[in-house]
Amino acid sequence: MQAYLTLVRRELGALFVSLTGYAVMAGVLFVMGAGFALLLKDNNDIATSQPVTEQLFGSGLFWLILLVASPFITMRSFALEKHTGTFETLMTAPISDLQVTLAKFTGSLIFFMLIWLPVFSYPYVVSIFSMEPVELAAGPLFATLLGMFLIGCVYMSSGCLASALTNSQVIAALNGFGFGATLFLLSALVRLNIPQDTWQFQALLQVSMLEHLEDFTRGIVDTRHLVFYVSVTTLFLYTTHKIVQARRWK
Amino acid sequence: MENAPMIEVDNLTKRYNGRAAVDGLSFEVKRGEVVGFLGPNGAGKSTAMRMLACYLPATSGSARVAGFDIFTQADEVRRRIGYMPENNPLHTDMRVREYLKFRARLKGLSRVESRERVDIVTEQCALKDVQKKIIGHLSKGYRQRVGLADALVHDPELIILDEPTIGLDPHQIRSVRELIKSMAERHTVLISTHILPEVEMTCHRALIIEEGRVLAIDTPENLQRLIGEGGQVIAEIAADREALIECWEHAGEISEYHVDAADGDYFRCSLTPLPGVDLRPIVFDIVKSNDWQMRELSRSRHSLEDIFLHLTRSDREEGEIY
Repeated sequence: MQAYLTLVRRELGALFVSLTGYAVMAGVLFVMGAGFALLLKDNNDIATSQPVTEQLFGSGLFWLILLVASPFITMRSFALEKHTGTFETLMTAPISDLQVTLAKFTGSLIFFMLIWLPVFSYPYVVSIFSMEPVELAAGPLFATLLGMFLIGCVYMSSGCLASALTNSQVIAALNGFGFGATLFLLSALVRLNIPQDTWQFQALLQVSMLEHLEDFTRGIVDTRHLVFYVSVTTLFLYTTHKIVQARRWK
Repeated sequence: MENAPMIEVDNLTKRYNGRAAVDGLSFEVKRGEVVGFLGPNGAGKSTAMRMLACYLPATSGSARVAGFDIFTQADEVRRRIGYMPENNPLHTDMRVREYLKFRARLKGLSRVESRERVDIVTEQCALKDVQKKIIGHLSKGYRQRVGLADALVHDPELIILDEPTIGLDPHQIRSVRELIKSMAERHTVLISTHILPEVEMTCHRALIIEEGRVLAIDTPENLQRLIGEGGQVIAEIAADREALIECWEHAGEISEYHVDAADGDYFRCSLTPLPGVDLRPIVFDIVKSNDWQMRELSRSRHSLEDIFLHLTRSDREEGEIY
């Protein structure tokens, strides 16, 4: 446990001393800030029944950030260590392959969640500049947070897998983007003109993260979604773990 | 367990795609020994060390470190080993002290222990002045010492160093060697190198390995004896050339001789004795009885380099055909 926590701390530390970490944070803040400004402009003086979380996250900005930022967060996790050779000193320390895999994943995931922190200042910003008292429903807010966390799990684990496959950070980032984009496009298939009563549509609906996120932003926590994200993340982490072990098979 | 040899290697083999990198390696290292792993590049030194450090699994054979099997008890073995890989990879974005603490914690030391041990190893490796610096900004010599400090930080029983002096300048090499010698007092050390004088200077025993097989394992002195007792005797004598040749021709103990002109009246005689004969007193007597002048009399020792070339010669010659 101690080795695992030490390694998680090291992963986070590495992201916070690298330029990539700050570039990702700045990019996310800019895009979300722009989205927030647009949201305020659109909703000025208009009454709407849509939760603001759905409006903010339904705009596609979240997906843009997820697809572009995730590979940059995870690309270094294994690829850089293999490239510089520190992977060897890491794996000769008394620490198991599973601990290494989980620590890399956890570090990336914590960083991913941290970059969203400033978004929580938005309600406060609104309350300062609004004439009316601001009240935000806790339900959609926490459900959205949970949704982001789960989707983050999937994207961080697929990114770790991409990084474990190669020695090069560039290839890791490209592969990570490839994995992420594939998952996203798979989600988007459901928005094509497929008749709703076919089994294909039903199947796609279950794997569509677009639909899942919509539920979360409305404050709905569906156990089917939970199962989906946990199992996909487990699958990616299991594969990563096997790849870390694979050096033993050569 | 306390009395078990530090390393027992039995028929250890590693194959990559059918080619054997390490082929039936067997040897033993006692506690407190400093053993040099010697061989040309690609001889399988690094592969053997990586297996001992539990980074790579062996294809066949077995090995025990401090009585623990490197396959089934890898965690116990790793706890007892300080390993510095070839080229000494480090996290260049961390500060020296931060890195050492990170490594200490990773190796299972408590917060208090790790602080104490980091203090000790920074002192031991003379890193006090640079402990707040970022590793990426350090010179190669300092980085090497950071790598050594990392290997030492959890006070392991066995230290495995893969080419610890590669790429350093002579001053840095000297300081790293001193450091390795100081480690030998407390730890068992296995060090690989293709620089021969290094082994002569630092190791109790040398293990010569070529193409994954052990060619010889012994003390540097015994290895010298291995390829013939005593070496050539060199004598520089001022005398008549013919008289010298005449003399060597008739001395029964000399199997071969060369007489070359040196500066002035001197001639440089290289004399090869018959086995088991020390020629030096004989030469001295001859010179004295002829009333010649002599300014040098020495016996050339076989360096480890000669031994190494001697042992690996057949392979060398094959290699030159290509």
